[in-house]
Amino acid sequence: MLTFVSRRLVYAAITLLIVSMAVYAIFAILPFDPAALTCGQHCTPLVIRANRIKLGFDKPLWEQYWMFLHGIFAGRTYGVGSAAFHCPAPAFGYSFNDNMCVTELLQQKLPITLSVAIGALILWLIVGVGLGILAARFKGRWPDTASSVFVLFGTSLPVFVTGLFLLIWVSIKWKIIPISFLGYVSVFSDPIGFVKLFILPWITLAFAFAALYTRFTRASILETLGEDYIRTARAKGLSEKKVLRIHTFRAALAPIVTLASLDFAGLIGGAILTETIFNLPGIGQWTLRSVYEFNLPVVVCTTILAAGVVIIMNLIVDMLYAVLDPRVRI
Amino acid sequence: MTSLLEISNLRVSFPTDDGDVHAVDNLSLTLNAGETVAIVGESGSGKTVTSLSVMGLHNPRSTKLSGSIKIPDGDQVIDVVNDDAEKVRNMRGRVMSMIFQDPMSSLHPYFRIGKQLAEAYLVHNPGKKEEARKRTVEMLDLVGIPEPAKRAKDYPHQFSGGMRQRVMIAMALMNTPRVLIADEPTTALDVTVQAQILTLMQGIQKEFNMGILLITHDLGVVAAIADRVSVMYAGNIVEQGSADDIFYRPMAPYTVGLLNSVPKITYGEKQRLQSIAGQPPSLINLPSGCAFSPRCTYIENAPAGSCAATLPDLVGVSSSHVSRCHIPESDRPQVFSHVAGGK
Ligand SMILES: Nc1ncnc2c1ncn2[C@@H]1O[C@H](COP(=O)(O)OP(=O)(O)O)[C@@H](O)[C@H]1O
Ligand SMILES: [Mg+2]
Repeated sequence: MLTFVSRRLVYAAITLLIVSMAVYAIFAILPFDPAALTCGQHCTPLVIRANRIKLGFDKPLWEQYWMFLHGIFAGRTYGVGSAAFHCPAPAFGYSFNDNMCVTELLQQKLPITLSVAIGALILWLIVGVGLGILAARFKGRWPDTASSVFVLFGTSLPVFVTGLFLLIWVSIKWKIIPISFLGYVSVFSDPIGFVKLFILPWITLAFAFAALYTRFTRASILETLGEDYIRTARAKGLSEKKVLRIHTFRAALAPIVTLASLDFAGLIGGAILTETIFNLPGIGQWTLRSVYEFNLPVVVCTTILAAGVVIIMNLIVDMLYAVLDPRVRI
Repeated sequence: MTSLLEISNLRVSFPTDDGDVHAVDNLSLTLNAGETVAIVGESGSGKTVTSLSVMGLHNPRSTKLSGSIKIPDGDQVIDVVNDDAEKVRNMRGRVMSMIFQDPMSSLHPYFRIGKQLAEAYLVHNPGKKEEARKRTVEMLDLVGIPEPAKRAKDYPHQFSGGMRQRVMIAMALMNTPRVLIADEPTTALDVTVQAQILTLMQGIQKEFNMGILLITHDLGVVAAIADRVSVMYAGNIVEQGSADDIFYRPMAPYTVGLLNSVPKITYGEKQRLQSIAGQPPSLINLPSGCAFSPRCTYIENAPAGSCAATLPDLVGVSSSHVSRCHIPESDRPQVFSHVAGGK
């Protein structure tokens, strides 16, 4: 177990190195001058040259990359003398567009995205798995039919339709929740404000995912119910309730762990549509804007984050599987 | 009721979009204490459907059942087909138990086998955890698992196929049932392991005076342990008799075909296997008349047109050996005389 985890962490580090190099390489071959993008309208050739030296864009690419790596572990100081500014470790660089260290920005954006993703995940797991179980349990009867209608809507309505619909009715018509984002509140300091802030994004995302999970759960349970070992359980004289609860669910729901972890990881990379509709300044919006602005440090940072979350979630899935299924040895 | 199991006129069909699948038609048989009754037939003939019917394991929403399956339980007699589902559930695993064809997939991969065995006991003896544990070790020992107390903590994937089938048998025996249904218990196993499992079943049968309903397509298995045999074809019993009747005095053309298709070990010259030509019929639109008639090689020995017109009755000169065939019974020993092993 320990060797497994440490081996996987080494793989993860290598993967992240390659990912970050790839992003650097892509930016290097793009035909633009990164220093020219640091000063907006006030650019003069002089300012550009100063910034180029300050940010190290005058150095060869491998050296820039090396300074980037070094900064992650040791922090990084740009410029010299009184004009110098310092980004403490782990430093992913400095964003001129925001006049802030990337790590500091990340600390603002990540809680928003995490709140959206975790809340939506909980909501869609409850609704999706719950409806899936009901649909499988009452296959062919009205709960099954009702859930299939839900699945139809959830899978066919795009996120921006659901989101805009909610926004128009709940925020604009009924004025229950303000439209504009007035700042992040933590669930611990103001639970009600927190829920108000995120409830619409949660519903929007959860609606689409829950539909998929309903369908998946239903299919998985029905498939498990056809297994020979379920027939054995019935042959013992177990009641149908116990057959479901003890023998079916664990086997049927194990694959959902994989699905949920990867979907969750995807959301950390940025639920761009949802964040845009509800005007939430999370990772998704930030990444998108930074790509438009060729803001290399931010793009590298969010790319590493997205890749890192996927890798970590995969590791967690493998570990969970070893707990769930005794045949899996790690 | 003196027998352990009495199936009368059992019909099982599954409604589908293309029409009803008539899996079992008008099947009757009895099973007595200490006796092994075999149901033989090629795959798709309705053997598994029959055994699941006895266990009451068909989904009532997708299965049409009629007739009766009577099993005594104490001083009551329960009819699995017509009685309340809860009554039948209460008998499962206690009065009648079943072991399945594939021991690889029949045990739950996530639970230790000790837990799975104990569960079988606890269903019918709620709360008696200590007894369940003791009984688990006892039964594992009985079926020949070495170090039973230790192995009870293992998961199914840590056992070989033969050992798993032993575990399945141990599980079936947890409540000392009177009836054991074994659906192709050795089909998935190596030949040497097959013999061990059959010997084990015979030993257990003696010990508990159980009735065994043995489902198989393997005539070798039948010859080894069956007292009486029912031969099934397309959902019908086509011949029923003692094992000797079936092997030495077969009376139905299908039985003759089955016996001829068994490879025999002979010295000297190679022997050609005689398979039965053609395929079993679709169970959705069964031909009127004898279902075997399209594949029957003796059709010209029967009165002209009779095979296509009606399904022959299951009758015989002796009531203990009955068969379905339009060829007059007195002619059949002559007609089937070339059967290997026949007299
Ligand atoms: N639940 C079901 N729904 C529809 N058809 C079924 C069902 N179960 C079995 N059958 C059909 O009934 C026939 C007999 O099957 P079975 O009893 O499993 O044969 P076998 O003699 O090989 O055990 C087969 O044609 C099979 O396709
Ligand atoms: Mg079968």
